[in-house]
Amino acid sequence: MSGALRTGTPVFRMTGGRVSLDTREVLRGVDLTVEPGEVVAVLGPNGSGKSTLVRSLLGLVPLTAGSVELYGVPPRRFRDWKRVGYVPQRLTAGGGVPATIREVVASGRIARQKRLRPASAADRAAVDRALRAVSLADRAGDPVHALSGGQQQRVLIARALAGEPDVYVMDEPTAGVDAATQQALAGTLRTLAAEGRTVVLVAHELGPLASVITRAVVVTDGLITQDGPPSIAAAVQEHCHPHADEDVRVPLSGWKPTP
Amino acid sequence: MDLLQYDFMRRALLAALLVGLVAPAVGTFIVQRRLALLGDGIGHVALTGVALGFLTGTAPTLTAVIVAVGGAIAIELVRERGRTSGDVALALLFYGGIAGGVLLIGLAPGGSNATLLGYLFGSVSSVSAEDVWVVAGLASAVLIIVAAFGRELFVLCQDEEVARSYGLPVRMLSLLIAVTAALTVVVAMRVVGLLLVSALMVVPVAASQQIARGFRTTMFLAMAIGVVSAVGGLQVAAGQDNVAPGAAIVLIALAAFVVALVFGRFVRRSRTTDTTGAKA
Ligand SMILES: Nc1ncnc2c1ncn2[C@@H]1O[C@H](COP(=O)(O)OP(=O)(O)O)[C@@H](O)[C@H]1O
Ligand SMILES: [Mg+2]
Repeated sequence: MSGALRTGTPVFRMTGGRVSLDTREVLRGVDLTVEPGEVVAVLGPNGSGKSTLVRSLLGLVPLTAGSVELYGVPPRRFRDWKRVGYVPQRLTAGGGVPATIREVVASGRIARQKRLRPASAADRAAVDRALRAVSLADRAGDPVHALSGGQQQRVLIARALAGEPDVYVMDEPTAGVDAATQQALAGTLRTLAAEGRTVVLVAHELGPLASVITRAVVVTDGLITQDGPPSIAAAVQEHCHPHADEDVRVPLSGWKPTP
Repeated sequence: MDLLQYDFMRRALLAALLVGLVAPAVGTFIVQRRLALLGDGIGHVALTGVALGFLTGTAPTLTAVIVAVGGAIAIELVRERGRTSGDVALALLFYGGIAGGVLLIGLAPGGSNATLLGYLFGSVSSVSAEDVWVVAGLASAVLIIVAAFGRELFVLCQDEEVARSYGLPVRMLSLLIAVTAALTVVVAMRVVGLLLVSALMVVPVAASQQIARGFRTTMFLAMAIGVVSAVGGLQVAAGQDNVAPGAAIVLIALAAFVVALVFGRFVRRSRTTDTTGAKA
């Protein structure tokens, strides 16, 4: 681990963060600090601003007020992006040009690669490890668009793993994923936590991940309304209605374990 | 008839070969970015550049490069800015490009709309030695850009936000795609013609993605289809006095698309029946 992890610079520090999308204020003053090694679950109902929060932590959505720092640096001036692995909520379809699982996972190495330099042995080894971690090694040559939502989610997780970052930001990594894969993801996260990596993950239902997290944060209507030990997660889950409207866009059904 | 004995035919074939390679290579990124019409837009704008060349007595290829690159950058900046109004802004640019071209050519000494026709639909006989050098230079530039930035462009075209989260220079890469497309339009202008350039960027990719499973293979297969269409179409046109090469080239590419569509259906069906659990 690099010096920054030991000297205690927080991984993320948001102060009074506000975000407006289409004139609507989606984040309304958020304070959040994430220390190295924490595994933080971001919980809350659909549309409460969880995705917006994690995206703004990475500078993907500009703040209208307040400030955010990534390893002590505002995202705009941050340069060490190989330390960051972002798992978006879903795989974008784009114009429909096929890409294999391996191509997508290998693209997770991009922040570590130099232009004009071919993929190194280290690159390939990291991609292989990532594919094995999500049990997709035997399907590496398959096109991603033919996969179910849950399988695509695993590809996205593998892409982040391949980059071997210090911090993972995962937006609903368990959406549409079956129980066995959730268990596997929990195991992967446990390993990452043991290595001292930081994880911020958005989730509706924690399921098997509940035993891995070290802290839970609840977002309600653009504000952090609870922030504390994992135990608060259990109480929150009762009030939420997981997979209400938004997840319609993700193909939820049809995932079958690979033979 | 041995067409290769004619100098002009050798030049045209070389140009066609380069066009066939380059247009689908750039096209693969453009299609994935959902910018299939970008080539059309640049083609329209480039027409003004061609006419400007005739008006000022400069090589039309040169003025076309300058105007096309300028137009491509303008299109990209408009695209980046907004979603809804961008559509109309692009349309304005297209019409402006055509109208400007027709107006300027009318002002040029000895110029007429007939002069533009060869640029609109391609022309076999008019490819000069100088043109071939420019085309070869631009085509090499495009292939080098694709090779050097391909990995980054792949990430960008998959998901712009993810590209940003890797610290990639998203804006620079987006402009790079637009500029590369502009260079490609000029490369293809003499052989395929400005109105059909975009087809050679899009149709071979559309054909290839019916069959290929990966991004790289889609690109290489599209390039192969592009070369076959461009060289084949040129030969068809050379054998007939009144057939513009652009039309023949695009029709061959479309035929390849139909074949790929049928073949792809067939391959996918046989794949689903012998793999259990995998959804097609
Ligand atoms: N691009 C956008 N433009 C306008 N509103 C948006 C946009 N993205 C999200 N929103 C709105 O912001 C709110 C929070 O969205 P999001 O952060 O995705 O919530 P969550 O991830 O908690 O479901 C929602 O009400 C949503 O409709
Ligand atoms: Mg969300």
